[in-house]
This record gives sequence, structure tokens and C-alpha cells, in this order.
Amino acid sequence: MTRARDIANIGDDVAAGGSLVTTESPSLGRRNLIINGAMQVAQRGTSTTGITADNFSTVDRFQLNMNALGTWTAAQVTDAPNGFGYSHKITCTTADASPAADDYILCQTKIEAQDLQSLSYGNSDAQSFVLSFYIKSNKTGTGSIRIRQRDNSNKQVTPSYTISSADTWERKTIVIAGDTSGVINNDNGTGFDIAWWLNSGSTYSGGSNQTTWTASDATDMNASNLGVGGATSDYFAITGVQLEVGSVATPFEHRSYGEELALCQRYYHRRGAEGVQDSTYYHTFADGFSWDNGTLAFAFIEFPVAMRTAPSFSSGANIRLVGNGTSYESVTSFSVEWPTTFGTRLYINGTGFPTNGVGLMLQAWNDADAFIAFDSEL
Amino acid sequence: MESMNITSAQYNVDIISGQNTSINAIIDGETLSVPLNPNNRHYAEIMRQVEAGELVIQEAE
Repeated sequence: MTRARDIANIGDDVAAGGSLVTTESPSLGRRNLIINGAMQVAQRGTSTTGITADNFSTVDRFQLNMNALGTWTAAQVTDAPNGFGYSHKITCTTADASPAADDYILCQTKIEAQDLQSLSYGNSDAQSFVLSFYIKSNKTGTGSIRIRQRDNSNKQVTPSYTISSADTWERKTIVIAGDTSGVINNDNGTGFDIAWWLNSGSTYSGGSNQTTWTASDATDMNASNLGVGGATSDYFAITGVQLEVGSVATPFEHRSYGEELALCQRYYHRRGAEGVQDSTYYHTFADGFSWDNGTLAFAFIEFPVAMRTAPSFSSGANIRLVGNGTSYESVTSFSVEWPTTFGTRLYINGTGFPTNGVGLMLQAWNDADAFIAFDSEL
Repeated sequence: MESMNITSAQYNVDIISGQNTSINAIIDGETLSVPLNPNNRHYAEIMRQVEAGELVIQEAE
């Protein structure tokens, strides 16, 4: 059958009251409510070792949460199903064969509440959604996902999925019916947090995998425990994460790197040495000026996109001020002043700065690791 | 379920207005400057720990 005939058939389906988006329809955009589901963006770095606590470490928008359950490496890796460039791989480097009751490790992402309004939760026409993802592990068996509504007393669903073959990419789909009684606020707070449980102690297991919205119960969260991390070198890799309105999983919605980066930058953005020429690192972060008495300067940072909320600031390695033909290298600390979602004034403390009113550049001091970063994660 | 290890916190004062404008804190070993905004996850956790009696925010120098 021709492509034209396929499209005509879809048109006929719609005219008859059917859905435009089907598993056979063209890939229509803006279905996927997950940001960075293909694990393309890793602003913080591509690999972090020695993880033993909560950590945004590598791929954007995906966080490890844990309590006293082993030591881990998280990485953006090129091992991925056909059609994907990356996955997020979490590997155990120190095992915990017998987790204590309160121990756990999970990988989670969160969706902003105002981006979930199309689910119509709290109304009689509340919509179903489909969560789909590709997963690979050395472990086989049944694992648990907890999806939680923060605006509704942490009401949750805790569906299970099964890994059939070790060391093999498999796509999983889970359909969750709409919640007619739980309104998701139309704001910039957390709407859903979605957690893939890797392992836990008895506090979080032993209950039931709930497939309809129910009150929070810890024992349901990891009712079926996959047990990743019971042995060193256990791993859990995930990519192609998609959450879409409806009850049929459609093909993964691929977005360009630039588009995905901009979506991630609403929650975190980092200015480092990416793209710098040669191997010299004097990249400039912002323009500013000295204030008074040689110990204070200001700079203004405009964010590349509107951030979710006023962000926290961090920096790394050697950063200096340059102006008036001089390098001012005794920068000791930074603080944000009156940040908004669009930008912030940066208050720069140090010694030996020029007197009031000298124009300055805030820049790396020949250090590849110099960066400034802003965090407004959920 | 989510936790932050906050080992110090101190207000910063805007030298122009004289008002507190942010908190410099060490959270999970990282030095952060945190705005006074309850939608910011770091600020929310700082205030949670303050209300629980687990943390004291030092006044600006």
C-alpha cells in the first residue's frame, strides 16, 4: 500500500471518530511528556563513580535516590537499542546482598504539574496514559515502578514489568487509567514522580503492585523486587522513556538534541568549556563591573531559557575576573541576588579587585573544569 | 525518601537594599547559593530542616 493510501486511511479513521495517533500513524510530535527520555543530554558529565547517596550525576532529568544500598556508577553510555544513541546505565560497584529494611535504590524522573493538565485528572473525563521504555539488565524477573501524585497526598500506582532475557534490550509498556478524583495543580511543582526501583529492603516491598491509583503504602512501592545490586557488576540500563496520553503506546518520539537540551535547561543549565577552541580555557561566562573597596564585583547572567523557578547557583574550578588590562584571580565566593526565572545578578567576593566602576569579564582561568551552573530541578 | 545533607547555611545581604537575598549553603558536599524561594528544592529543604530543629541559618557577616 502506498504512503498516500496510508495517510488517506488515517484521515478516514479520524472522520469516523477514531484517533489520529495510532501505532500505524505518522510520528506526530509533542506526544512524549518525558524530557530527555532518549538520554541524549548529560550536562553534568557522562559518568560518575562512587555514588552512595541521592544524586543528579549524569543524564539530565534522571536522578538516583538511595539509602545505604551499595555503591554505584551512573553513566550515559552508547549501548542502546537500534534507533537510539544512548542509555542511562547504573552499575553496582559494591554490592549489598542483604539490604536492611530501610535500604533502597531507585532511578526517577519528575514531570512538572502544569505539563500534565491534558490528563484532566480530577474530572470525569480523566485520561489514561501509557508509560513505555526500553530496559536492559543482567537480572531477569519482575521489577516495580512507582508513579506518585505529589498534589494528592502521594497517591500512587506501582505497576510491575518483567525482564525476560538477561543482557537484552526489551521494550515495556504500562497503561494506567485516569484518576477522576485527584486534581493535579496547574503550577510549576511536581505533578508525577516516576521511579524505577532497582532494589530495597522489606520496608518498601512485600505489598502488591497496584495498577490503579491508591493511597501511598510503602510496601507497595517495590512490591516486586528486581534485586539489582545484590552482586557486584549488576546493572540496570534504561532509555526510550515515553509517557503519553492515551491507552496505546506509539513509537518513541525522537526530538533533536538542541530541542531536548533547551527543555532540560529549564531545570538545570551549565556553562563550561564545551566547544572551546584548542585546549586553552579562557571562556567567558558573563560581563560585570567592580563595586567598591576592592572586594566586590557584580555580574549579570541571563538564562538561555526561562527556568522552572529561581535557581540555585554553583561553580567549579578556577574562575577569575579580567578587566582594565589586569587579571583578578582572587575570587573567593559567589552568591545569587534576586534571581528570577530569567536571570540573576551574581555577587562576586574576593580580594584585590579594582576600584568602583571598572568593567570586568567573569571567565575561566585556563581550566577545562571551570563552570557555572544553575539548578531549578523539581 | 529524598534527602539532603546540609552542613552549613548563611544568609547573604544585598548591600544596596540591606535585605537578605540568598543563602550560601554546603549541600551534599557542594557549595551552593540558594535563592529565598519556596519553589526552589534546596531552599525548601533548608527551611524544612530549620523548622525541624536540625539546622540553623547563620546571619550574614
